[in-house]
Amino acid sequence: MPERRRIQVEALARVEGEGGMNVVVRDGQVEDVKLRIYEPPRFFEAFLRGRSHTEAPDITARICGICPVAYQMSAVHAVEAALGIRVDGPLRMLRRLLYCGEWIESHVLHVYMLHLPDFLGYEDAIRLARDQREVVERGLRLKKAGNSLVTAVAGREIHPINVRVGGFYRAPRKRDLRALRDELAWARDAALETVRLVAGLDFPDFVCDHEFVALQHPDEYPFCDGEIVSTGGMRIAASAFEEHFEEMHVEHSNALHARIRGRGRYFVGPQARYNLNFERLSSVARQAAGEAGLGAECRNPFQSIVVRAIETLQVCDEALHIVEEYEEPDAPFVEHEVRAGWGAACTEAPRGLLYHAYEIDDEGSITSARIVPPTSQNQATIEDDLHRFVQQHVTLGDEELTWKCEQAIRNYDPCISCATHFLKLEVERR
Amino acid sequence: MSERLVIGVGHEQRGDDAAGLLVARRLADAAASAAPDLRVLEHGGDGMDLLLAWEGAERVFLVDAVVSGARPPGELHRFDAHRVPLPSALFAGTSTHALGVAEAIELGRSLGRLPERVVVYGIEAERFDTGTGPGPEVLAAVERVAGRLLEELASREPHDA
Repeated sequence: MPERRRIQVEALARVEGEGGMNVVVRDGQVEDVKLRIYEPPRFFEAFLRGRSHTEAPDITARICGICPVAYQMSAVHAVEAALGIRVDGPLRMLRRLLYCGEWIESHVLHVYMLHLPDFLGYEDAIRLARDQREVVERGLRLKKAGNSLVTAVAGREIHPINVRVGGFYRAPRKRDLRALRDELAWARDAALETVRLVAGLDFPDFVCDHEFVALQHPDEYPFCDGEIVSTGGMRIAASAFEEHFEEMHVEHSNALHARIRGRGRYFVGPQARYNLNFERLSSVARQAAGEAGLGAECRNPFQSIVVRAIETLQVCDEALHIVEEYEEPDAPFVEHEVRAGWGAACTEAPRGLLYHAYEIDDEGSITSARIVPPTSQNQATIEDDLHRFVQQHVTLGDEELTWKCEQAIRNYDPCISCATHFLKLEVERR
Repeated sequence: MSERLVIGVGHEQRGDDAAGLLVARRLADAAASAAPDLRVLEHGGDGMDLLLAWEGAERVFLVDAVVSGARPPGELHRFDAHRVPLPSALFAGTSTHALGVAEAIELGRSLGRLPERVVVYGIEAERFDTGTGPGPEVLAAVERVAGRLLEELASREPHDA
């Protein structure tokens, strides 16, 4: 009889069996690695049917407590594509500013509270804070700067309410955005400090050969516009997403596995954006990347912490420019006529490409909705990486191996459970 | 006057997990007439944001759904978190993804960012199905917690009344 051991690493599960990781090892060889992801969008796709197209941004914002803005941005752009609305000028810049805020919030949370303690040898951010209070305080103040941006543009930082199809319910006052200037200037310096801090960490040797996929805009670091491009030579319109990507059911997860049709797994997120858009980073971010020893391409997932820090610098810098140059728009939104149609859009959520598509009838009701979040796109790739990673460390004891796996999973900042929070890791040795 | 803050933590579309949010709404309604200086927040539970949310507050009352598994749904737990750490197994928080309520309190303690008083009410929860509301026992508990919070706010802080 083969020996089987089951280890439950974290007994924090609120909902048994929803999110987690299972590893099967037989005779020292990794047989299987499965990531179980809970995926709320499926429920929301059904929930959206029959609702007004104007409700899409607020309903989908409830999918994720960490990145509601991303859901709002993909939703409004997809609905606007269906209705033939183009949002430009100050309204477009406000959307970029809002996204800057959410990237800061999400990246800073991950870099300072989740990822950094691993590299510095602390069990968690609480213990890190006891020894290196000023580091954690800097993270907290950076997060607050991100929150302030989201609040200034979207009304409030949790469940933002100001985004609507065509623009915003109310445009922020020029003086309110100018008031953020000093704090954003501090944040840009702090983000540079962050890059320097994480650049000095020790990274295990681990290189992956993934096909990276991200948006690409002719001259901006991507948020809401651009073509979908890949390191494998893909270049398509965002509206052609479903022609080139497919999702498949897999038994072990209620999330769908995505792949490029005819090619297989791929990877979205900060590293994909960085690798495909290095030239579009601001000079301050590119220079910081150079100082950090990062080239134009980064294929080590452990170094994603450096990429997130560089992206944080990028968006602090961009946000500072936007608040300095912002002029109030003539109207807070573009008026629109309701018409039947189909529209799709991709935007760059903090975790990567987020696809929304809506079909709207001539009364403005949603007849079908499609939402493909970044983590489900990455799932197959994460499992592939983890398979190799576990094999490299298979001789470790269960406790240390599970701890290593937790750290490795953190490289991908997966949205394992957008709603309730836990991770359960099980290793089975046979 | 010291600032008093009630934070209801939870998720609207996840069954019993909405309990904290519903308590916050009950308190917000009551506060409009009974305690106009009371601040009430609905919160998704991200620990870093909790630390920022209670900045400047002296007394914080936090309500969240918990799972001990040992008690029936709707049972109440109450903790003086400014004195002792929360049992983190109750307040599911740690993941690759966020810090939870228990971690926020301990991080606050490490950083000297814990309000003078932090009282946490946990409502025993059972079901977290997507797209549903809380079960009847949890809904009844929401009323009980709201009532107890109003009493606690009135009786223990007479100078604030």
